[in-house]
Amino acid sequence: MAASVLTVDHLTMRFGGLTAIADLSFEARRGDITALIGPNGAGKTTVFNCITGFYKPTEGMLTLTHEDGSEHLLERLPNHQVNRTARVARTFQNIRLFPGMTVLENLLVAQHKTLMRASGYTVLGLLGFKGFRDAQAAAVEKAKGWLARIDLLARADEPAGSLPYGAQRRLEIARAMCTDPVLLCLDEPAAGLNPRESLELNALLRHIRDHEGTSVLLIEHDMSVVMEISDHIVVLDYGKKIADGTPEEIRTNPSVIAAYLGVEDEEVEAVEAEVGLSLPHEGHPA
Amino acid sequence: MDVFLQQLINGLTLGSIYGLIAIGYTMVFGIIGMVNFAHGDVFMVSCFIALILFLLLTTWLGVSSIVFAFLVVLVLAMALTALWGWAIERVAYRPLRGSFRLAPLISAIGVSIFLSNFVQVVQGARNKSMPPVLSGGITVLEREGYTVVLSYKQGLIMVVTAVLLTGFWYLVQRTPFGRAQRACEQDRKMAALLGIDVDRTISLTFVLGAALAAVAGVLYVMYYGVVSFSDGFVPGVKAFTAAVLGGIGSLPGAVLGGLIIGLIETFWSAYFSIEYKDVAAFSILAIVLIFMPSGILGRPEVEKV
Amino acid sequence: MARPATDALPDSAMGAILRDAALCALVALGLCVPLIAFRMDPGPGSDLVLVPRWGLVAILCAITFAVRLGQRLLLMRRDARRAKTSALAPSPAQATEAVGGEPDAGQKVSKIGLKLFVAVALSLPVLATLATGDLGSARYWIDLGILILTYVMLGWGLNIVVGLAGLLDLGYVAFYAVGAYSYALLSTTFGLSFWVCLPLAGLFAGLWGMLLGFPVLRLRGDYLAIVTLAFGEIIRLVLINWTDVTGGAAGVSSIPRATFFGIPFTADEDGFAARFGLEFDSMHRVVFLYYLILVLALITNLVTLRLRRLPIGRAWEALREDEIACRSLGIDTTATKLTAFALGAAFGGFAGSFFAVRQGFISPESFTFLESAIILAIVVLGGMGSQFGVAIAAVAMVAGPEMLRNLGGLKAVFGEGFDPNEYRLLLFGLAMVAMMVWRPRGLISVRMPSVTLGERKAISGAHVSEGHG
Repeated sequence: MAASVLTVDHLTMRFGGLTAIADLSFEARRGDITALIGPNGAGKTTVFNCITGFYKPTEGMLTLTHEDGSEHLLERLPNHQVNRTARVARTFQNIRLFPGMTVLENLLVAQHKTLMRASGYTVLGLLGFKGFRDAQAAAVEKAKGWLARIDLLARADEPAGSLPYGAQRRLEIARAMCTDPVLLCLDEPAAGLNPRESLELNALLRHIRDHEGTSVLLIEHDMSVVMEISDHIVVLDYGKKIADGTPEEIRTNPSVIAAYLGVEDEEVEAVEAEVGLSLPHEGHPA
Repeated sequence: MDVFLQQLINGLTLGSIYGLIAIGYTMVFGIIGMVNFAHGDVFMVSCFIALILFLLLTTWLGVSSIVFAFLVVLVLAMALTALWGWAIERVAYRPLRGSFRLAPLISAIGVSIFLSNFVQVVQGARNKSMPPVLSGGITVLEREGYTVVLSYKQGLIMVVTAVLLTGFWYLVQRTPFGRAQRACEQDRKMAALLGIDVDRTISLTFVLGAALAAVAGVLYVMYYGVVSFSDGFVPGVKAFTAAVLGGIGSLPGAVLGGLIIGLIETFWSAYFSIEYKDVAAFSILAIVLIFMPSGILGRPEVEKV
Repeated sequence: MARPATDALPDSAMGAILRDAALCALVALGLCVPLIAFRMDPGPGSDLVLVPRWGLVAILCAITFAVRLGQRLLLMRRDARRAKTSALAPSPAQATEAVGGEPDAGQKVSKIGLKLFVAVALSLPVLATLATGDLGSARYWIDLGILILTYVMLGWGLNIVVGLAGLLDLGYVAFYAVGAYSYALLSTTFGLSFWVCLPLAGLFAGLWGMLLGFPVLRLRGDYLAIVTLAFGEIIRLVLINWTDVTGGAAGVSSIPRATFFGIPFTADEDGFAARFGLEFDSMHRVVFLYYLILVLALITNLVTLRLRRLPIGRAWEALREDEIACRSLGIDTTATKLTAFALGAAFGGFAGSFFAVRQGFISPESFTFLESAIILAIVVLGGMGSQFGVAIAAVAMVAGPEMLRNLGGLKAVFGEGFDPNEYRLLLFGLAMVAMMVWRPRGLISVRMPSVTLGERKAISGAHVSEGHG
């Protein structure tokens, strides 16, 4: 079994009296596409916000392990360090591009760390050193590579705010990838995409998993995307994990079906009978 | 002890005036998310209006009953200042609503500059003073050499403030207008979709804020007896500090903040140095904003990711 | 709403317009009473008397009526014309900003505009001398030029904070003051030369910016504005009251004058004139000061343009667009904001040093909130982030009121007691409101990308965020 890239240990998040996540534990394995699914309000984006440093968890540990074995405790890192040192990148449910900047500029901002260093923290850049100019050219090339892959090379100089919705989503993913992440967290990447665009998204995600050495963690409602490309699925409901397994296992898990249909715990047995299964429930995979 | 008590009374009085102005700031900020920079100068304008009306009544029309004059001046000043508030909103803020966030701010600063210079030009640059109208008070405490007095003026100010606060609280919580205002505060587009006349609600908010500033203006003129065209800026900032301290968006918070600021200013002047009293007020503003931006009674804002 | 495709105005529309204008006049009446209607003047004894001025009130109401009438009629004609040319013309009640619109041709002017501005600025003393006959007479224009360029530099400095990084700073005058006072105290107490004091004062202002910025920069939008305003006022009040160090309200005087790299501008043998074989003219120093501020401003501009193309500048603009996205990309937003704030403060400090040297004397009166407001208005009117826009805005906002001083011709219209000077600030406030209502996004409302693959195209202001602080 592949090593784990992200280990979530007993994560709990409370907002005042409301418990958004209760004692959640799961593992995302390196080289996998792991999907986090569940009905609305299950706490999925909250998990993301904890992982990416926007919220500080009330309890629990989030460990990110790099290829070389180094471990990063995400819950201890300041917001921007989660990307900078732990190399976790993310996209947002409501797309957050830089609308007044061009497509190309968006991708260059993502390479801020490399370019800052190359510019000698601005000083060398100000003096026009060649080292910086080379680094900038390399960054532009890298951006071009991604633009070609997401089919936006022709629109590189247009403001990001003027792109159609699907293109904006792709751009956000490419921008996150330009930070060379070890783990890419995608928040509903398929939302609002038509079937053709969803297929392109699947291809893009597969490419990221297979050729970029980046593991993917995604929140998604579109089951065609989830079932098609996930290697591993974790199901949440009311902040608790109710299932954890391969797509095939999840597809037939009665608790999951019940959660989506809005059925009471007691009725799960009835659902089981309906579905024609006689498996033990309460989160144990078959 | 007696000095303390007297300063307490003085501070609460001053604080009530700040509180009345602060309500205007907090209501406008709550509903359109904008700091109405010109509000302090609207207060100053109301001071002048009050003074002129009072002089009109006493010297021209020969009214001798103080109570009658006070009431007439109060009502008229509120009406006329409300008109100013309405006009300013219509001309300087409404065209900019929904666009660029900085534009209404610059516009408000422009209105503020315009108002203070307008008054300076039309009324002359000198301070205007008024003979004292309501003298005497209740002796609270008497010791050798020192008497603690709660003057009638001070009592009046505190009573008026309390009454108005209760009235406004009722207005905002229980009436349809208050509901409409709270709806607009939370989600303007949705309120409009539900049939609330957003423009009218916002206009009314400005009008009410200006009317309250007018009450503060009348009381200020009666209490201090002297006004100047530059009296808009500093009390305005202090009142805004009060609104922030109490929690922006909260009406009782505004008055609470006002009382606290009034007390701090009075005690600072009495026990420390009077030159730096304004520095004290500005410093409190900075400290509150840095450490407690949601204020005492306000709701903390959670960043939506 | 269909409009008749004729020029004639239907009676009902005319009636509505007249009623509207009458209503405006009525509002004007309400606003005039009692402030304009009665003037409070000191009477016999210490009491005030009321002096009625109903004539003035009547005139103002009439003017309001006429202006509103004219405005409505003009609008109606414009709409009728539009309806004639295109049946699908949008109603004028719609938003005036095109959504996602392409920038119009008029915006291309900003490309060459800056170069033109610099060219004019470089040659101003020459042009002024030629126009007025001799150097001495040109003094007024050169002084005006110095004043304008000071504000241009302040505008460019604040532009880094407000225009690029999107941080709302209402207390910029504080850094101007710190720079001026640091320079003044350094040069009067330690006798250091101009070329030593200037960078020191600027550095000190920059440091002060970092100190101030540190606790404050995590505040959002309007709160940041108010806190910076508070700091600006605190500094001014401290300057007034800390008499031991700052001289209090009297300020610091006898600041040593500027020298031409060590050569003083005096009439004796080792003076500037004698050294360069020219006849002594007190204007030499003024011209030198002019070119000095021009160079300082140009340095500010160059550094800004350079930085925009570097990662830090791009990070500033990204910060303005979406701070949360920046953090998710590993950018330390606090450090980024601090750099913008400190750099803006440093440039403000440099400008302050120049101010001290030019005046020879400084006092807290020059560092009021009004100054901060003017500089901010210049940046906003210019259009966020646009260097050329800021330059034009500075010219408009400084030269405009100056021109008013000299409109002696108005005396003929309004009578001898009329002093246009009184009305300067009043009109200034009105102009600020008018500016914002007319062009909320500023004069130059486009953004030029800092790096492109192909041709550089301007980005319409409709896309660009204004930042949330």
